[in-house]
Amino acid sequence: MDTPADLISVPRPDNRKRNLTIGLVVALILGSAIFAGFNPLEILENFQKGGRLLKRMFFPPAWKYAPRVIAPLVETVRMALVGTFWGAVVALPAAVFAASNFLNMPWISRPLRLVLNIFRTIPAMVLASLFVAVFGIGAFSGVVALSIFTFGLISKLTYESIEAIDYGQVEALMSLGANKITILRYAIMPQILPQFMSYVLYGFEVNVRAAAVLGYVGAGGIGQTFEQNLAFRNFDRVGVIIVISFAVVLVIDLVSSHIRRRLV
Amino acid sequence: MEKIEIKKELPWSTVLYRVVNYGGLIVLILWGMAGIPYKGVMATARGTMASLVQGIFHPDMAYLTNTTIDGLPYAVLETIAIAISGTFVSAVISIPFALLASQNIVGRRVSLIGKFIVTMIRTFPELILALIFISVVGPGAPAGILALGIHSIGMLGKLFSEAIESMDTGVKEALESCGGNRGEVLFRAVLPQVSPELISYTLYRFEINMRAASTLGLVGAGGIGAPLIFAIRTRSWSRAMIIVLVLIVTVSLIDMISSRVRKKLV
Repeated sequence: MDTPADLISVPRPDNRKRNLTIGLVVALILGSAIFAGFNPLEILENFQKGGRLLKRMFFPPAWKYAPRVIAPLVETVRMALVGTFWGAVVALPAAVFAASNFLNMPWISRPLRLVLNIFRTIPAMVLASLFVAVFGIGAFSGVVALSIFTFGLISKLTYESIEAIDYGQVEALMSLGANKITILRYAIMPQILPQFMSYVLYGFEVNVRAAAVLGYVGAGGIGQTFEQNLAFRNFDRVGVIIVISFAVVLVIDLVSSHIRRRLV
Repeated sequence: MEKIEIKKELPWSTVLYRVVNYGGLIVLILWGMAGIPYKGVMATARGTMASLVQGIFHPDMAYLTNTTIDGLPYAVLETIAIAISGTFVSAVISIPFALLASQNIVGRRVSLIGKFIVTMIRTFPELILALIFISVVGPGAPAGILALGIHSIGMLGKLFSEAIESMDTGVKEALESCGGNRGEVLFRAVLPQVSPELISYTLYRFEINMRAASTLGLVGAGGIGAPLIFAIRTRSWSRAMIIVLVLIVTVSLIDMISSRVRKKLV
């Protein structure tokens, strides 16, 4: 039977490659779910249990415990501040050396990039537990881990910014016979500094969130308090910690992203 | 040659503004440093470092070639499986959240509520989500998948809604003017138009989730984190180092593949 759609013959695009890709992706997702033992039905059955836990945590949280959350929370913010600071201080010169367009020294930029990539693949949590073994339990280990992690993150973003600068100013200075340092100071820095500051703020936001959980491996901050209370199954105290640290992180995020929007 | 002098005088308000800003920043950082006591290295640090270096040069090869459920290959595969499943779950759930946060779909006022919800989800640490889900479904990979699936909505919902807000509304309006209902507009205009971007963002999140999945094991939510933290705590550096090494290689490989696909997409 001829429907109107059949009368107009539109050449169909070859969908075989597309279908093959879709099939592969579906197989990958299904395979992963089965391999990891992920069964949505089983999870739905357990939801009541989750509800009960949430009730013990948040209805109501142990507000009396709140004053004792402040000190570790302040330590968390301090860790993030100092970690971001040291990471950023080292990241700026490293980014200049890692950028392929300015110094044009592949023998230094290539290995440097490799190191930066490696730093970014090691989770801050793993770094922290390594440093706890060296510096002992406490905020200092966390700060070292955060510094290294931030260094990898900010350097990468910054060298990409340096590689994407507008060459007009660089060429103008070069035509006047300026040396590399003058070019760096008057053509490159003014262009990337706002972006760099924005990356630093972004790093700070990431670090506040990371610092909040680093205590789980003994690297200081609110995570340590969190872990102790969880171990003793003081769920109402855990609830207070979650609520207060969540509020602090949210406020820091909102303020920081507001500043970032004004920067770039 | 005469030197050209440029008179540069800043208005006092700018000077004050800068002093307050930079001064405040410096005070803030000093305040931070004052609260981080350096208690020296551990008495055992020298020995730790020595055995760490020893571990780097003598990684535990038996663990790498152990293909049973206790071996490294299984842990790596499980980590990848958690990342894939978690990313998929969150990509699916993110679409309604993104629509709710898109100004050109639900209007300005509702979109602000949607944006706030997405921001809240983004701020909630995945590790704590994992702990909550562990007490719901028990320790293991499913808890990790759920944690990633929920936490990633925070970022994907935001990126998806930005993609939807910046799309060309021509197709959508054309369908609406022909009398297409909401479902038709959504599935025939909005989603097909933004799908390359959505897939690209999902892949990007997958890269991030690969890293996240490798730490979830620290709290018992499956993957490579559990053997890693165990190796570090028991100071078995040759095993810890082979895990870190394999982790670096796996994450880098996945990054490379994923970013290549992303470049093709958008």
